[in-house]
Amino acid sequence: MKKRLNDTEKTSCRIRSHVVDMSYRSKTAEIGSALCISDILTVLYFNILNINPKKPKDEKRDYFVLSKGHGAAALYATLAERGFFPTNKLEKYRVNDGIFHGHPSRGSAPGIEVSTGSLGHGLSIGTGIALTLKKENPKVRVFVLVGDGECNEGSIWEATMFASTHKLNNLVAVIDDNGFQGFGKTREIHKMNLEQKFKSFGWKVLKTDGHNHSQLKKTLTEARNQSKPTVVIAKTIAGKGIPHIEHTLLAHYYVVDEKTHKNHYAK
Amino acid sequence: MRNDFTKQVNIEMKKNKNIIFLTGDLGFNALESIRTNFPDRFINVGVAEANMIGIAAGLALTGKKVITYSIAPFITLRAYEQIRNDLCYQNLDVKVVGTGGGFNYSTHGLSHHSIEDLAIMSVLPNMEVFSPSYSWEAKESIRAMIKSKGPAYIRLGKNPALDYSKPDFKFVVGQGYIIKPGKDILLMITGNILDYGVTIANIIKEEVGLNICLVSMPSIKPIDEEWFLKVAKNMKMVATMEEHSLHGGLASKISMIFSQSGLNKKFLPFGIPDRFIKDVGNRDFLLKKSGLDPETVSKKIIQCLKNI
Repeated sequence: MKKRLNDTEKTSCRIRSHVVDMSYRSKTAEIGSALCISDILTVLYFNILNINPKKPKDEKRDYFVLSKGHGAAALYATLAERGFFPTNKLEKYRVNDGIFHGHPSRGSAPGIEVSTGSLGHGLSIGTGIALTLKKENPKVRVFVLVGDGECNEGSIWEATMFASTHKLNNLVAVIDDNGFQGFGKTREIHKMNLEQKFKSFGWKVLKTDGHNHSQLKKTLTEARNQSKPTVVIAKTIAGKGIPHIEHTLLAHYYVVDEKTHKNHYAK
Repeated sequence: MRNDFTKQVNIEMKKNKNIIFLTGDLGFNALESIRTNFPDRFINVGVAEANMIGIAAGLALTGKKVITYSIAPFITLRAYEQIRNDLCYQNLDVKVVGTGGGFNYSTHGLSHHSIEDLAIMSVLPNMEVFSPSYSWEAKESIRAMIKSKGPAYIRLGKNPALDYSKPDFKFVVGQGYIIKPGKDILLMITGNILDYGVTIANIIKEEVGLNICLVSMPSIKPIDEEWFLKVAKNMKMVATMEEHSLHGGLASKISMIFSQSGLNKKFLPFGIPDRFIKDVGNRDFLLKKSGLDPETVSKKIIQCLKNI
């Protein structure tokens, strides 16, 4: 029996469809990562972040930084669905005379707060944003979405140390724990226990299924109200939504072909 | 020069409460006054230059003006990608301060020499680059840098013994300052190797009776082309001198102006040759090893004049 989808789940499906369209249209890859963060982004933008698409620069807005910039297609689709700009703008993804790069570029469209692309930058930037806001606007929260493979980068741990020392309880890192990175499985490349590591750096650690909306909602809400910086380790499936690439390294490099595009819509 | 920097930063931070100062765990005997005077706006980020620049970007995104500080090669090379992507690409109001430019950390060894910073910083779009030679230029460069709203890099050296400033000097970004007037040879120098320029001018006057127009160039990017062409116009030859690689610094910028403007003059660039200077010794010793001592430079200028 098919599960009845709630509103945010339906929105996630639409976001994934946009991502599939964007890859198919532009004949470009890196959608595995976009597909696997679509649920996290949906819950963040529709349930958690205090934002107003009509006032994208509102001083009291929460901030979102996509540190794993290669998931940008999902960010653009989410922003469009949330009303920051019309969905037809998504046709301008990775095409000549387009609007959207494969990695976010600040100012290219409303709601894109920070330019990212090279891994290991976003958490430091989010930390700097949180540092100002902690003093000037302590209710505002800064969410940074980091890849599990991205945690190989030393700068992630530099930022983690700093955030803990400065008690940045307004900073939430969400780890997209899909188990794959550029050229292999994350846990095979480094035997990293993310939970232990973040705990030892003085962070609160929460865990969730990265595709279960009610769990995501509950955990991300909990993450907003902590006395120290918090990481939410979200277990996800690389390539979520395209069955033959799910849980594979290929998901990162996959370009949606005609057959997959048709099948996606048939469902 | 570090003390001039500290004094001026104290003045600027007092005036502008929006300035935040970050250091990568350096500043002993230099930054204490900033730390004492502005405890809420001074942060030792720790030995983590990449994170420091990222944090600075985040602070700038929330409306702060940020000064970041470390030894020149550490802040420019370790955090280069952050400087490029986080600061320059997003055109953020963050100032990058590198101390000990050139061979100032002489006997510390190659890891501490900064001979490529002007090149790698000035190749970045949106970045302004300053390389003051002495006290007045340091203070004025900092003032100009703080006034601007985008990213900037400043290389600090040591204080030379002399103060070269004149009452009629008015700091304009992109322009140089005539330290010693002359009508025969234009010698443009950036950074605290300017001291050598005075000696070179004296040697040349004594040996061949020609007058060097000695110009100090605290701005590496931008350089005011019109100003340069006006100063260079009636000279027999133009020479540049810098405690930096021959590639990508003052010499490269001036030769670019030459080629684009069609200025037809003999041009002689003096800088550090394209090799690592591995010798052990003090700053003067390393400069001599690089062929930048006043005697060698004077000899080459005189030789060149004979061929004009």
